[in-house]
Amino acid sequence: MKTFLEEVNERIGGVPIQRCYHCRKCTAGCPLAFAMEYNPNRVIKMIQMGMKDEVLNSSTIWLCASCETCITRCPNEVDIARMMDVLREMAIREGRTVKEKNILAFHQAFLNSIRSRGRINEPFMMVDYKLKSGDLFSDMGLGINMFMKGKLALISPKTRDLGAVKTIFEKTRNL
Amino acid sequence: MKVSYYPGCSLHGTAKEYDQSVKAVSKALGIELSEVEDWSCCGATSAHSTNFKLSVALPARNLAAVEAGPQKEVMVPCAACFNRFKSTQYYLGHNEALKREIEGVIGRPYRGDAEVLHPLGIFHDRVGLEGLASRVVKKLTGLKPVSYYGCLLLRPPEACRFEDYENPYMLDGILTALGAEVKMWSYKTDCCGGSLTISRTDIVGRLVDKLMTMAREAGANCVVTACPVCMANLDTRAGENVRLPVFYFTELMALAFGLAGPADWFKLHNTDPTPLMGGLGLV
Repeated sequence: MKTFLEEVNERIGGVPIQRCYHCRKCTAGCPLAFAMEYNPNRVIKMIQMGMKDEVLNSSTIWLCASCETCITRCPNEVDIARMMDVLREMAIREGRTVKEKNILAFHQAFLNSIRSRGRINEPFMMVDYKLKSGDLFSDMGLGINMFMKGKLALISPKTRDLGAVKTIFEKTRNL
Repeated sequence: MKVSYYPGCSLHGTAKEYDQSVKAVSKALGIELSEVEDWSCCGATSAHSTNFKLSVALPARNLAAVEAGPQKEVMVPCAACFNRFKSTQYYLGHNEALKREIEGVIGRPYRGDAEVLHPLGIFHDRVGLEGLASRVVKKLTGLKPVSYYGCLLLRPPEACRFEDYENPYMLDGILTALGAEVKMWSYKTDCCGGSLTISRTDIVGRLVDKLMTMAREAGANCVVTACPVCMANLDTRAGENVRLPVFYFTELMALAFGLAGPADWFKLHNTDPTPLMGGLGLV
């Protein structure tokens, strides 16, 4: 059976994360580190130590905003941003309890909009998100303001060949 | 010059002033845009955060459409779409097996030879700063912007291959050519929090407030961006005591070129730029 480290490295498909020598450049440059449970370089160490539950159940993997500052500055080219994607993907596949539920709810609402229309329709996506997250009332004023300015179009053109988009979702579901 | 045009979802919705201003400026500069045939969403952050193969297949479908079209160069104004297109080309260009697999997923050939361009690069490199300056009929005198790139145009540099990823300069050059007094600051490439704006508004508010505070400290009276996500966050999430007007760079180009549109576009902003622009005699 593969170790957690081997599994993560295989999915990243790049530089093995154990090349990290903890210079902490990633953490120093990370704009979200202040809000994270574990700093990015600490996550690498935890993966090496086999702390799968702690990592996959953490808020850290969801709070990463994919700004890619870490990989840009890493002297050893450890792709931490891609590592965070891999960890999120693993957490979803394993049906883990997601600590930042609303962040995942947003991603799901976003992808639902693509699946059903080929493109994002912002008002419909937001309604879907609100139903998923239960966060019904935030941004109401802003939304109404944008609607009044004509920035939220209830009717927006869809991709004509919706079948092609749906096929992409079907074929990548279990890859 | 003729190029394909991929607006992406934002430019047909909350970033419609970006779409309209890109088109107006392109037309004025003699750049003919033809929309990518039956395009679909690039998948943005939500696809790559949850499903890697989906995140390369969605852009690949659009890149294949560009490759099959008349123009192999495609203008992509949205920084998020630009990033996903460039990343997809990078991943598929370095992994033949993945490329073949994705061709199977999208059900059409993908060659990887579409040239993905951002309007900043086209205006800066193809038209050139002198060419832009010669078009200016209304100098943006008194406007003191800081240029804000955010993340997605520049990082990761191996994929984006755009410009200096720690100290980019194109936007500064363009704004200077328009007659603005660009302020230097160290936050050009810092993150605004991106898609967390809906699910963790508190965090984005904190990041945006820091950006606005630093812009003010640099002596700026506005912030200029080339990304719809940055625009949305900076324009709507800043605290009342620190907020500054935010512009798409193309809105200011149109204004300086004397084109129709800017006054209407400014009405779409959440932070009203008209007191600043009116005070400077620019609208």
